[in-house]
Amino acid sequence: MYGKGLRTLSIATAVALTASLSLVFFYAPLEAEQGFLQKIFYVHVPLAIIALCGFVLGGLLAIQHLRTRDPRWDMRSYVVIHMSLIFAVGTLITGSIWAKGSWGHWWVWSEPTLVSFLIIFLLYATYQPLRFAIEDPERQARYASVFAITAGAFVPMNFIAVRLSTAYLHPRVLGSTSNLPGPMALTFLISLLALSLLFATLCKYELTAKHTRAQLRALRRRLSGETSAPTRPRSAAPSLHHVTPRARAARGSAL
Amino acid sequence: MSGVQAPARPLQRTRSPMRTVGLWRTVGALLRKELLVELRTLESIPGMSLFAVTTFVVFHFALNRGSVEGDLASGILWVTLLFAAILGVNRLFVADADQGGFDAFLLAPVDRSAMFIAKALTLLAFLVVLELVAVPAFALLLLGTPLGPALPWLLVTLALGDLGVAVIGTLVAAMAVRTRARDLLGPLLALPLFVPIVIGGARAVAPLLVQSHVPAPAARWLLTLGLYDLVFGLIAYALFDFLLED
Amino acid sequence: MAALEVEGLTRHYGEREALGDVSLSLAEGQTLVVFGPNGAGKTTLLRVLATLLRPHAGSVRVLGSTLPEEAWAVRGRVGMLGHEPLLYRELTARENLRFHARLHGVDEERVQELLDALAMGARANEPLRTLSRGMVQRVAVARAVLHDPELLLLDEPHSNLDPAAIELVAPLIGAGGEDGSDAESTRRRTRVICSHDPGGDIARADVVLGLRAGHQVLLRAAVDVDVDEIAELYR
Repeated sequence: MYGKGLRTLSIATAVALTASLSLVFFYAPLEAEQGFLQKIFYVHVPLAIIALCGFVLGGLLAIQHLRTRDPRWDMRSYVVIHMSLIFAVGTLITGSIWAKGSWGHWWVWSEPTLVSFLIIFLLYATYQPLRFAIEDPERQARYASVFAITAGAFVPMNFIAVRLSTAYLHPRVLGSTSNLPGPMALTFLISLLALSLLFATLCKYELTAKHTRAQLRALRRRLSGETSAPTRPRSAAPSLHHVTPRARAARGSAL
Repeated sequence: MSGVQAPARPLQRTRSPMRTVGLWRTVGALLRKELLVELRTLESIPGMSLFAVTTFVVFHFALNRGSVEGDLASGILWVTLLFAAILGVNRLFVADADQGGFDAFLLAPVDRSAMFIAKALTLLAFLVVLELVAVPAFALLLLGTPLGPALPWLLVTLALGDLGVAVIGTLVAAMAVRTRARDLLGPLLALPLFVPIVIGGARAVAPLLVQSHVPAPAARWLLTLGLYDLVFGLIAYALFDFLLED
Repeated sequence: MAALEVEGLTRHYGEREALGDVSLSLAEGQTLVVFGPNGAGKTTLLRVLATLLRPHAGSVRVLGSTLPEEAWAVRGRVGMLGHEPLLYRELTARENLRFHARLHGVDEERVQELLDALAMGARANEPLRTLSRGMVQRVAVARAVLHDPELLLLDEPHSNLDPAAIELVAPLIGAGGEDGSDAESTRRRTRVICSHDPGGDIARADVVLGLRAGHQVLLRAAVDVDVDEIAELYR
């Protein structure tokens, strides 16, 4: 039920990634100043954009969770934030490599995007420890949602503040993304598309896997008699109180 | 009502179910309780103030400086205030979580936002008292420039910063208190969230701490602080009740 | 009007069921006693009725209002005494009760009334941390009945109380009309009591509910139940 469309999505992602890589290496022209290293821009900036959108999306999904109290929204929020954190780490690493290559330092304070990401990374790195520290699954989901909404609102606020604070120090090292010439713009857009598809596919995989496992556990419980099921060990991941469809119909309730 | 006072004498059995206690009355009741508890235990305020003064001494030795000014002074002041604030944030809900319990409040016919307002006001009060001690101490121990001319704008900036710390601090405190690692999670959650306050506050105050003519702080920093206070004040107010439930 | 109408109440704790398909109904003025081993879901049931927990499935109506949508209409008419006294140790009994009185919009004379009924004397003005557990429990009982609730939820109310204290406390948590007071107070209060003492509490009950592992195993009028059946639950 949850794996619908997963194969199509995976194929589309594979195609887009291949296309993107080919464009980056064979089509996009070499940039005058920075040379080959500049090509990391095609990875770094899309990763950044997707991670930021992901964090904000995580907040929106969390709002739905608080409104409907349906644990599936919390599951979606968790997976999206989780994935965005990975993309954020990718942003930091690619940004660092780029900084080393073009400025000689592994870290530069004058690049507001990088600095903002560091702060956001430090914030979202507490998401899983927060979840893990709360044992009651419903409370865990609720608190995580409050965090996700606060942090989601924080992301733009943080960007504004950091931008303001670095504006008067140095000119932007890593260059802006506006005024890109044709071939570069095309490569950038394809890259953005490919990485977005990757993000969506990975999220879908994780959601499908979790739902499947939860259904399996519910079936096992049903077979062996509900009282004999051992409780799961403490976990930061959301749990779904999955009920097999027949039992759900018998109860006549919507989860 | 007159008559024999039996212990379980009913009070107005026919009252309507809509009898609730008004918001500000509840806030008042909560504030009185907070004040009483703090006066009896003296946990937060002396601790925060002492911490700030000790930190200034540590900074003196760490930086090997007798006096600081400008950016450095501003930074030291804000960092110290924030870390002292975190001590207060950590203690904010402890008495409620461990003893008084949120259940009693949740069972009462009150507007639940009162808890957020009362706690944020309490934290704000703690911060004000903290600054009454810390700012003079700072001027005495480390500040190399005259405090007098800088004071008006300094107070404005501190007020704006305090509001931000109060709303985010209250939200984070409520999140952290009923978790297993409450003393650790509080600071970890709060510090990144406080970064815009540090940016706005430190940048605004830095030009005030100079020897010669003291200008007004750049408006953009005060606006940043104001925007932060507004956005997170609203968000914290809206989300807080979800943290109170069991 | 039925004080409680519960139909198919289910509540999960993660993937486990804390309460599964519990149904019962209780008329106004009746007393329900709930038995069951630890972990059976007694406390969960009480907390759902108190509006502290939401039902995940099924329907719950308390004092005529549906939970969770109309929970606001029920607050202030329910009193609960749980495992925790819900009192601040640094404050005195009087200060604690005054605080709760303000939260419930109750006059402060009521506080004095209760302190007198509990025979606290001068100890009422000392911080709770200096009092024995028994005395703290007494104050907790006072807190629970301060606002004269229509529905009283008690989770093992006699824990930590010696026989003398139990006597003091009885009129407060009783159903009313036991102490020969005036006509107004004889209108009976609905109660739900969680208990581990089959012998004593069956006498107080109108209806008995037995829970095991979240499921109801037994639901009957108290007169039709004998002590052995209750003991079975614990095996």
